[in-house]
Amino acid sequence: MSVTGPKLQPTLFELSGPGRAAGRRIPQPPADALDRLPADALRATLPALPEIDEASLVRHYVNLSQLNWGVDTGFYPLGSCTMKYNPKVNEWAARLPGFAGLHPFAPDETAQGTLELLWELERDLAEISGMDAVTLQPAAGAQGELTGILLVRAYHRARGDPERTEILIPDSAHGTNPATASMAGFRTVNISSAPDGGVDLEAFRAALGPRTAAIMITNPSTLGLFERHIVELLEMVHAAGALAYMDGANLNAILGRFRPGAAGFDVMHFNVHKTFATPHGGGGPGAGPVGVRRPLVPFLPAPLVLREPDGTFRLERPGERPSSIGRMRGHVGNVGILVRAWAYIRAHGADGLREVSDDAVLAANYLRGRLEADGAFEIPFAGPCAHEFIASGAGLKRATGVRTLDVAKRLIDKGYHPPTIYFPHTVDEAMLIEPTETERLETLDAFADALLEIAREAHETPELVTSAPHSAPVRRLDEATAARQPNLRWLPADPAEPSRAG
Amino acid sequence: MVYGPHTPDDRSRMLDALGIGSVDELFDVIPPAVRAGPMHLPPGLTELDLMARLRTLSGHNRVDLASFLGAGIYRHHIPPVVDQILLRGEFYTAYTPYQPEISQGTLQTIYEYQSLLAELTGLGVVSASHYDGATATAEAALMTCRATRRERVLVSRGVHPQSRQTLATYFAGTNLTFDEVPLVHEGPAAGTTDLAALGRLLDDPERPVAGVVAAQPNVLGLLEPMGQIGQLAHAAGALFVAVVEPVSLAVLAPPAAYEADIAAGEGQPLGIPPQYGGPYLGILACRDPLIRQIPGRLIGMTSDADGRRAYVMTMRAREQDIRREKAASNICTNQALCALAAAVYVAALGPGGLRDVAATGAARATELAAALADAGAPRLHPGPYLNEFAIRVPDAVAVHRRLLHRGILAGIPLAELEPGVPALADGLLVCATECTTAEEIELFAWALRDELGSRPGVPAGAIGEGSR
Amino acid sequence: MIPSDLHYTKEHEWVRVEGGVATVGITQHAADQLGDIVFVELPEPGRKLEQFATFGVVESVKAVSDLFAPVAGEVLEGNPGLATTPEVVNSDPYGAGWMLRIRLSDPAQVGQLLDPAAYEALTAEG
Repeated sequence: MSVTGPKLQPTLFELSGPGRAAGRRIPQPPADALDRLPADALRATLPALPEIDEASLVRHYVNLSQLNWGVDTGFYPLGSCTMKYNPKVNEWAARLPGFAGLHPFAPDETAQGTLELLWELERDLAEISGMDAVTLQPAAGAQGELTGILLVRAYHRARGDPERTEILIPDSAHGTNPATASMAGFRTVNISSAPDGGVDLEAFRAALGPRTAAIMITNPSTLGLFERHIVELLEMVHAAGALAYMDGANLNAILGRFRPGAAGFDVMHFNVHKTFATPHGGGGPGAGPVGVRRPLVPFLPAPLVLREPDGTFRLERPGERPSSIGRMRGHVGNVGILVRAWAYIRAHGADGLREVSDDAVLAANYLRGRLEADGAFEIPFAGPCAHEFIASGAGLKRATGVRTLDVAKRLIDKGYHPPTIYFPHTVDEAMLIEPTETERLETLDAFADALLEIAREAHETPELVTSAPHSAPVRRLDEATAARQPNLRWLPADPAEPSRAG
Repeated sequence: MVYGPHTPDDRSRMLDALGIGSVDELFDVIPPAVRAGPMHLPPGLTELDLMARLRTLSGHNRVDLASFLGAGIYRHHIPPVVDQILLRGEFYTAYTPYQPEISQGTLQTIYEYQSLLAELTGLGVVSASHYDGATATAEAALMTCRATRRERVLVSRGVHPQSRQTLATYFAGTNLTFDEVPLVHEGPAAGTTDLAALGRLLDDPERPVAGVVAAQPNVLGLLEPMGQIGQLAHAAGALFVAVVEPVSLAVLAPPAAYEADIAAGEGQPLGIPPQYGGPYLGILACRDPLIRQIPGRLIGMTSDADGRRAYVMTMRAREQDIRREKAASNICTNQALCALAAAVYVAALGPGGLRDVAATGAARATELAAALADAGAPRLHPGPYLNEFAIRVPDAVAVHRRLLHRGILAGIPLAELEPGVPALADGLLVCATECTTAEEIELFAWALRDELGSRPGVPAGAIGEGSR
Repeated sequence: MIPSDLHYTKEHEWVRVEGGVATVGITQHAADQLGDIVFVELPEPGRKLEQFATFGVVESVKAVSDLFAPVAGEVLEGNPGLATTPEVVNSDPYGAGWMLRIRLSDPAQVGQLLDPAAYEALTAEG
């Protein structure tokens, strides 16, 4: 009945049948292979994992993939996510056997290619951001934030100033910011934004003091606006003896235009899965390198990548930098992802990266202009915007009862992934729209047309919008039951027949 | 533009629509004092030159050696079907499934991953992934503190040193503490967790323990008395965290069997190549009652408005975007595509296939141990192991280097894995998997016998060109 | 209309006092704002609460809210039904959706709370 109904798939367990799994992937072990192990250390029975022939397995996943939308499917204007095109040469690069097959404990002399790449990437990111050094270790932006805030903590303790227990964070910040502060043992002080969407300098001034360890600022902000008072803010922060952390999620707006370290930020993280086009993978993996100015260098996680006078590369040895905060995770980083980021930077060079931001900001302003001209959605903040902008469905809701959630679901019917909705929390019925630089002008126009059409539908046929989506593989989901009675794993109905459907 | 579609004409049209003459005007908001000058980066490369440079760089890595290196990251046969599925753009270019109606592909594959790991561990709640084994171990330790409201954790020195170091970093900003439980020095239980010491550490009414963390197999490859460790932990009111290697779970008793409350581990062996450090897969699982303590995303089954079975991210209120400063963890981006790789790998092998991988590794390890003992390097510890073990090699670091120059990656010197422990100075940690060949074992044993019999000194010449 | 025999707080809790025992819950307004409630975390019996201290958490599909004790006292019991049917807080917040029973330590504190008219005025503004 539904357009893609046949594609909805049974689970692997329901496809399973005794004896179906591919037989000859590896040689058979000898029958006595495990005899030397004590019986009480061994499983009593094989795990009830599915047995599936390869053809059925492939069909299962191919059909599932066709229920999914990626950047490769269509426009994905998710604000704060930078869903730009993921270059395929980067997939080739990461899969080169020399990179993919290298063990992380391989001796330095056998890892010279990767070490050289990582060393260059540390320097590329430092140059792009105006920072003095970069660690590539963090596995994601949030882990980069934690790294950065732990660096702040180490810095103040080393100065004999352990009473700095607060971090000031704008209320428009991504949730990871206050969550990070808590994980690092700091109290979050939420600072309201000013009516124009920027930081409220006076609110910051009032909150800054001897207990402030740092501020965490996203610049451009999560409202898509460059912080026009950034110079005063940074001066104020440093005058109070605190450090300035920049959440670099929105770096795509400022490549070649603003270098946070040079401007006065002390520490920042990068999201390579945003700015540097490494793919999002359905939720990850990414990587969250952290850049710092010189005063924080001693505390960086170890190991960093070093170049010797003879031109060879090596990892820092344990204990070589005693003030390091230690290790944030196993090994040196999400190297497979970092290879992709390196390739992206090399493909662009300085001019290419600056052009990325030029086009990202131009596209966002163009799309913003299309919506502002029509008026169906409020554009609450005066332009120009950076690489993303906020539109609000508050007026539409008052007039028709149709909410931003409904508009988002109806966009699916129009063939678009919805933008980010209800973030930041400081704007009512918010949509945060980030087109990126890799979308055609025709796509931007068609998206604007679709949004405005939905606004008209909201007036004329609101039930069509409030019951959307109609053409997706599934309709709206019962999230309440999913949370009240969590079903987080497949269990067969009849425990005596573990391979049968449940 | 390198990857974008805009022509000068497109740009002109957008500028005209905005009524401005140049894109520079859109950046006027940046205060002049902080406007950037030109970035000094190597000029952009054509695709041809980029690929040539990457080939050169990757060619400088030596991945052709006979490798016996494990220590938590293992060389396994990865069926090509895994990568074929990872390369589907609908999977790898998708975002986090916040719009479930158009993300059923991602959602179902991760639900299946959760189900597979629940079956392997015996624990019903599996996070949709954490960063890696080390961070998953750290988060598991934090979970025990939240769940028990106690502030002290005990971690066996059998847990990987990198995991212990990561745990130390994650504990640094908190008021939580941890103590390490020593390993037995000699006798039949040498190299495993010292149960008497554990008992003493647990027996402190002033400092009750939230959780006890031990690994199976442990970092030295040895099997630990997990049941007894669990009993001691529970008797003291602490939770028990088992750090596990996922392929081994096809043959070893799983965490549920020895009453672990939480399981953590490194999922790389499940279909993910070594890649010099990541991206890997943090496995984190717990018993049902701890469901509200587990960080990270959870995918649940539900139904849609038409009654169709469907999947959705659930119990979201625990996560950072809603809980903010009260969230259990700040994790947002995870390792979703790696979880997909793991699921495809497990499904491609099936239970018998996964068991064969573990059992073949064990068989090869038996051969390896015999060959190396014969060559003069017996095992350091007497206890049972699965496919990894330490051998006694005098001056292990130097021998390791000389073997490297003969084209053999002889595991890792224990002195490098765990610096500053004199008792480990004469040890190499080696492993075998289904990829280890008889020829490689023979080469290693032959070279080692030669090294142990010859005088010390590092030979000149490139790696692999040492005399045979 | 909100029940006229209850007292209210600024944080959208209600209190019913009978003898020395206070029954506490959240208002329809709060439940509506939260959306479908999926979980309520309540304290153990015997726990002593200060007035306006947090005593638990109410979780919906998309939001989470702390619960604040309107009055000080000792926890007698949490509503056991909420573990299996938390949705009753949405459908019957003043009746079956009650959350906590407290033995009052200071009955005079009830006088500091909002009466129905004051609470109505508060929610009308918001």
